[in-house]
Amino acid sequence: MLGERERVLKQNELTAFNEAVLPHLDAAYNVARWLTRNDQDAEDVVQEASLRAFKYWKGFSGRDCRSWLLAIVRNTYYSWLRQRSVQPELTPDGDMDDVEEVVPNPENVLLQNADRELLKAALEDLPVEFREAIVLREMEGLSYKEIADIAAVPIGTVMSRLARARKRLLIYLTNAAARNYL
Amino acid sequence: MTCRETKNLLNAYVDGELDSAGSLGVEKHVQGCASCLTDVENLHALASEIENGGLRFTAPQRLKTNVQAAISEANPAPTRSIFNWRWASAVAAAVLIVFVSMQWLRPSQEMLVNEIISSHVRSMMANHITDVASSDRHTVKPWFGGKLDYSPPVKDLTEQGFRLVGGRLDYVDSRPVAALVYQRSQHLINLFVWPSNNTVTKQEGQLTRQGYNLIHWTQSGMSYWLVSELNLAELGECARLLKE
Repeated sequence: MLGERERVLKQNELTAFNEAVLPHLDAAYNVARWLTRNDQDAEDVVQEASLRAFKYWKGFSGRDCRSWLLAIVRNTYYSWLRQRSVQPELTPDGDMDDVEEVVPNPENVLLQNADRELLKAALEDLPVEFREAIVLREMEGLSYKEIADIAAVPIGTVMSRLARARKRLLIYLTNAAARNYL
Repeated sequence: MTCRETKNLLNAYVDGELDSAGSLGVEKHVQGCASCLTDVENLHALASEIENGGLRFTAPQRLKTNVQAAISEANPAPTRSIFNWRWASAVAAAVLIVFVSMQWLRPSQEMLVNEIISSHVRSMMANHITDVASSDRHTVKPWFGGKLDYSPPVKDLTEQGFRLVGGRLDYVDSRPVAALVYQRSQHLINLFVWPSNNTVTKQEGQLTRQGYNLIHWTQSGMSYWLVSELNLAELGECARLLKE
């Protein structure tokens, strides 16, 4: 009989978890998909991350469920990489002095020509920690502070990563546009 | 602000992460600097391209289903591991004997009260108020037949202002119990009924916890718990009518 009561309590815990966490599964998948750049890998990472989240659920105080889940997705991705013995091509974080000019030549990039596929290719070409910052900022709408918490880096690093990521994106798009004119 | 200082802050400026002094400084410089202005325009354009470029992936339905299944599996009902629970029951029984000998029955009643309030709140939260929705007691009472090893008395108090909404099978005090639902104006009332010989308490009385009022009594071998956010006077009236 004691077991039965326990079962009911566990069922309630499961319901609470489902209601709080599952609505953020799209965000989790989007981040995982951009990190892994592959549908199946992204599904594996999200599946594993959800299980981890459920394991830690009791210890979660309940501030911001989405950021919490995204941090778990990110950590799961990095341990998934390690399991596959793939070293992520990390780029050293320079300070802000690295950012000199946003674009090499100060003319407006013809972004209207940047179709979805080109933009996607440009994003996928970014080093993973830059890509992560861009996705969290532009697609998930997170603040520098939230991104810093998720990526476990200082806010200054988030700022520098975003600046360098955008610089790369603009260069990529400028070059692509230039190729089109040749 | 120099051009170099400004360039270092342009991203934070575009992202709205600068304080007002910083923003003003950047704006002042950008107004007089064609190069920085172009950069700001490019950054804005890039941000809106990424945001509105349909680049966001959505989780496939298959993944949602799989995740739910995996979590349910990771959360096994402990009743499956019977042997552990035999030990646990033995320990629990020993603890209970100690408690009873020390005449510490109050925590048990406190637990029961919490359970009843939880069931009441859950019935409203989960939008699962009734399993059988009917104001006819001749529909509600037979519905429990075969689902419980007893037949709960069902009274229709519609004429007295407590409309019978329906019935529900619930789980309280480690057993399936009948929950009858009444409504008074906007307030829902849960009445839990089960044979009294299994309950830890035989006292009668009323109490208030977490803003909910509870009234308890036993009658003809049945234990009754009435719970609602309805005021105690009206809930008392309901209890009186049910006892009649």
